[in-house]
Amino acid sequence: MEASLGQEKRMNAQLNRKKGTSAWKKIKQQKWLFLMILPGFLCTLLISYGPMFGMYMAFINYSPGGGSFFYQFFHSPFIGFTWFEYFFNSGDFYPIMRNTLAQSLLSLLIGFPAPIILALALNEVRQGLFKRVAQTVSYLPHFVSWVIAANIIITMLSSQGPLNQLLMALHFIDKPILFFQNGHMFWWIIGFSNTWKDMGFNAIIYLAAITSINSELYEAARVDGANRWKQMLNVTLPALVPTITILLILSLGNILNAGFDQQYLLQNTTILQYSDVIDTYTYRYGLQNGMLSYGAAVGLFKSAVAFVLVVSVNAWSRRVNQQSLY
Amino acid sequence: MLKISGTGERIFMAGIYLILLFVLVITFYPFWNIFVLSLNSASDTVRGGITFWPREFSLESYKQILQDREIINGLKVTFLRTIVGAPLTVLVISLLAYSLSKKELLGRRWIGLFFVFTMYFGGGLIPYYMILKSVHLIDTFSVYIIPNLMNVFFMIIVRTFMQDLPAEVEESAKLDGANDLQIYWRIVMPVSLPVLVTIGLFAAINQWNSWFDSYVFTYDPDLKTLQAVLVKILNQFQTKEFTNDSTAQLANSVKRIAVSSDTIRMAATMVATLPIIMVYPFLQRYFVKGMTLGAVKS
Repeated sequence: MEASLGQEKRMNAQLNRKKGTSAWKKIKQQKWLFLMILPGFLCTLLISYGPMFGMYMAFINYSPGGGSFFYQFFHSPFIGFTWFEYFFNSGDFYPIMRNTLAQSLLSLLIGFPAPIILALALNEVRQGLFKRVAQTVSYLPHFVSWVIAANIIITMLSSQGPLNQLLMALHFIDKPILFFQNGHMFWWIIGFSNTWKDMGFNAIIYLAAITSINSELYEAARVDGANRWKQMLNVTLPALVPTITILLILSLGNILNAGFDQQYLLQNTTILQYSDVIDTYTYRYGLQNGMLSYGAAVGLFKSAVAFVLVVSVNAWSRRVNQQSLY
Repeated sequence: MLKISGTGERIFMAGIYLILLFVLVITFYPFWNIFVLSLNSASDTVRGGITFWPREFSLESYKQILQDREIINGLKVTFLRTIVGAPLTVLVISLLAYSLSKKELLGRRWIGLFFVFTMYFGGGLIPYYMILKSVHLIDTFSVYIIPNLMNVFFMIIVRTFMQDLPAEVEESAKLDGANDLQIYWRIVMPVSLPVLVTIGLFAAINQWNSWFDSYVFTYDPDLKTLQAVLVKILNQFQTKEFTNDSTAQLANSVKRIAVSSDTIRMAATMVATLPIIMVYPFLQRYFVKGMTLGAVKS
């Protein structure tokens, strides 16, 4: 770390001799500021930009045997887009994309309205113990790891678990539903699990937006004879529309990020054909099966498409809302 | 608040309370059920039907956990990575955030872009793994710390906070000959304590919860975190649950292991959840503000 620190100083010095003395003076003045950037800069360089450089792996036929990583990296044969073609033409492409999009969209369909409804409901309740408890408990699932969440979800949905017992007691079913042995159910399980985990936390942003509503609007509505339902519909909800729009657009940009933890931890081999998403696929092929270059290619495909999506979606949201991400 | 009047309003309020009660039940009950199961005796749990209260109260599973070398070690590693990782993260992030909060910083826009870009584009898992491998972080304790030192989202929250601080005090300190590092350490950091505590707690929770790095990037059993041990226990349970029919003829001994690991699973889940339950309500105060700040980040 100290070596590269010295190196950077030297580089800066060289750079500024060319630029002239005023910039050099400024850098000298700001040397402490630059020094404070350094730890974060080096971390980001290694952890975030290193892998971007490593994406070159997707275009070679990397074999781990023989020399060190870098030796193998530069001496493996360059094969262009072969791995990408292999992925698109393999029978895996369609089911993987289908599962990813289906799980994402289903999570959005259930998980997007849920926090809005929760925030609206919380807003109607008088400030007090019940409200505080309800709100605090509602975002507990957000703070536990997916490992704990998966443990809980699998227990709840197991053949002898509470949900099956409840459904049987209510005579909706005669024998337990085997939730995790039915592939079609997995998409719904992911949708509801995501919603369960983040509904309370996502409601916070809507609650914050609600508190900024001018109370005179409610008074005016009351004078016009609006009851609470009408007030919620005609005052609170319209005030949330900008927030709703921007969050919806942003989540569309994240559509390929169906997740990894939840699928990996909740899936099992019997339903893999429905549970497998891009990220779990990359992990299984790249790390578990050791097809490093292929995994890198699939990962690069996802990163590239996701980046294009996010950038275009941000441009869109800027046009809609005059608000943007950066 | 509004006065409730008329049948319509009453139905409306009933609906509201019903929604909130439903949310309360589905978010609280699962945790309660796990808690109850962890307090029920293992042999009785197999019969099923434990819902609201333990049928045969027993602390056996917790006793077993305290004797389980793997879990105890996992708890130690998890604890260690949390108390080492979180403060270091706060330090790295706050130094960076302070520097980037200075409008006069040369190349501020480009430096900012350098960090923000990583929020939108990443190299993916495999190149990431190869980088960790090439700098010899695989199978070391550092793989829990170094990759988690930076978090651009946290940095933006802190930077926004620091930008809004009044400049007068800093300027007078500067006239007294203090350099930027001294100003940060003596003036800005103490004032920023609320936001630093917030991201520190978030970083601590992230450290406590993270499982993938331990599960995939370490092999040494002594380096496995509690969450990674829990994944292993969960996998065993799934194997048992989903291969029921084909392995029905399996010897009893195998089944007994599965059963005992089942109660351990509940108790271990509780142990991993408890610190979170104790900490997260205190975050509430801060994260509403933090999230709103993050949402309107400049």
